[in-house]
Amino acid sequence: MVSVNQSQTNAPLSEQSGVWHIAGDWNVQTLARPGEVARRQRQLQAAPDGAKWVLDPETHLDSIGAQLLWKRWKRQLPEGLDLTASQVKLFDLLATASAEPSSTATSDSLGWLRRLGEGLWLGMQHGRELLILLGNLLLDFFRFLAQPLRGPWKEISAQVFRAGAQALGITALVGFLIGVVISYLSAQQLALFGAGQFIVKLLGVSIVRELGPILAAILVAGRSGSAITAQIGVMRVTQELDAMDVMGISRGQRLILPRVIALAIVMPLLVLWTDAMALVGGMVAAHYELGLEFMWFLQELPRAVGLTNYWIGLIKGFTFGVWIALVACHFGLRIEPNTESLGRGTTTSVVTAITGVILIDAIYAVIFSQMDI
Amino acid sequence: MSAPNQASPASSSLSTSSSPQEAVIVVKNLTTAFGTHVVHDQLNMVVKRGEILAVVGGSGSGKTTLLQHILGLRVATHGTIDVFGEPIQSYQGKRRIALTRRWGMLFQSGALFSALPVYDNVALPLREVRTLPESLIREVVMMRLAWVGLTPKDAALMPSDLSGGMIKRVALARALSLDPELLFLDEPTAGLDPQRSDEFVALIKALHDQLGFTVVMVTHDLDTIRDLATRVAVLADKKVLAEGTIEEVMTVTHPFIESFFHGQRGARALARADSHSTGIEPTPKAK
Repeated sequence: MVSVNQSQTNAPLSEQSGVWHIAGDWNVQTLARPGEVARRQRQLQAAPDGAKWVLDPETHLDSIGAQLLWKRWKRQLPEGLDLTASQVKLFDLLATASAEPSSTATSDSLGWLRRLGEGLWLGMQHGRELLILLGNLLLDFFRFLAQPLRGPWKEISAQVFRAGAQALGITALVGFLIGVVISYLSAQQLALFGAGQFIVKLLGVSIVRELGPILAAILVAGRSGSAITAQIGVMRVTQELDAMDVMGISRGQRLILPRVIALAIVMPLLVLWTDAMALVGGMVAAHYELGLEFMWFLQELPRAVGLTNYWIGLIKGFTFGVWIALVACHFGLRIEPNTESLGRGTTTSVVTAITGVILIDAIYAVIFSQMDI
Repeated sequence: MSAPNQASPASSSLSTSSSPQEAVIVVKNLTTAFGTHVVHDQLNMVVKRGEILAVVGGSGSGKTTLLQHILGLRVATHGTIDVFGEPIQSYQGKRRIALTRRWGMLFQSGALFSALPVYDNVALPLREVRTLPESLIREVVMMRLAWVGLTPKDAALMPSDLSGGMIKRVALARALSLDPELLFLDEPTAGLDPQRSDEFVALIKALHDQLGFTVVMVTHDLDTIRDLATRVAVLADKKVLAEGTIEEVMTVTHPFIESFFHGQRGARALARADSHSTGIEPTPKAK
């Protein structure tokens, strides 16, 4: 029987007087050709149930090709099929391993409601965990105050350097450019009314009170917030957090406290720096647009801005720094040991930090307007 | 009786698979150096179809480097490496993709994609072919998982939820997903307890027996070598010092072989082999 088929082994499947011959290539390389699987499945289906099958001993059969045949044969070998030793082994393997794949996809008509609930629940969970983190942070801080010599000074100074000193360049550039833009735009409008001198008041108040802190906070959240989240997240992935727990090293003391303190110190300073750079930018633009003298601008500035606005800017900077560090640590600690969670956690951390910064800013605006300052 | 074969060039060498002595990998005069530090000096090695070759050697003897050369991840300074009869550098573009579908690799720590569940990890190589229908992929993945002793329930787990033994099993299922002719194992039993290690070795042995793929494994574990390897290549002094069955290799006199096979640990492992030799024959090679 087999020798008759030798002449036509090219065709993967051929019928001869009611006997179906399988030959040629039934391996993944061949089946990978576009549409090949569907074509062979159609051909296999053309054979009636209970047909007689012949499998050529020279067939290049691998387990993926065999799976196609096995499925057509309804998970049992057809009667009277001759197999070589290796083919027998292959089908034995299929027979022992053919677990019916369980279907996992179930439709969920109320999915949106569940997602809404889960989202709310998740939000509450985040809030609760952040509150716990803040509480622990305060306890750690009091412990630090009680024994300042044993505090994590090295960590704090390293973070001050990384989050502060290394951020000077980018904050200066962004601050300067924003100052130029605002000064240039307002100068055009003010010149229409011949009120050019008021640019000092306008620039001074808006930058010192609002723009400086917000700009610095957004940059620090993007730079340092993401770095903190990723760093703590990788420590989770590499089990460093577990190692710290085992050695009895407090996460709060060594990881969270230094970062929060560092950002709390650095942020007001960066706010000052950004303010200064933005004002310089505004001053330069005003000089060229309105012809205001540099000296006059600088003399006018303290009177226009006032000490209150200066302190408001610094307080905002401090609050934003603590918030950014807390959020970054919180999301860092929540990262699960896989790559996707790391990416998502970092994104969420930055987005939450920036959104929170703007929310806090709005709250401050309401509070200060109630206080008439 | 010559089977005509109009398949893609990648599968052309399949037609000669009936010859058991055919060489799948030929390493000729391989020389590798990192700066002035020479790792391999005129190294020669042959892997034959259907065998399980264990590459052994001390730390820093260049086992992993050799594997990287064979996989084409590292280019040799001197010498040639032929895989499936052609130099590894000649596999470029589409041919390289076709080649990667003919081999599988089990990484030491699994190297599972941590963002994907077990099912998608095993399905990934099949999906990368891009032409296989999802229904077939589903069946094949379930079959692979069943081969390595995992249940359909495990398919939804994430790699971070798996134990060390299960990671190895999933990684093996992934390495086998495209039915490779050539399987590379990097320390297949490292990090497993003795029982898991024995089970894993038995699993590879059974699958090798039924699917007939060729195995190149790098290992330190004498038990694994004794139970699994049909041939051993000893890497020392920057070349393959001895190549042959474990008994043949042991007759060679060299400090490394002395300490590796005849040291206390070696003696213990080999004594165990004698005591229950009924279960584990040194592989009779049914061809």
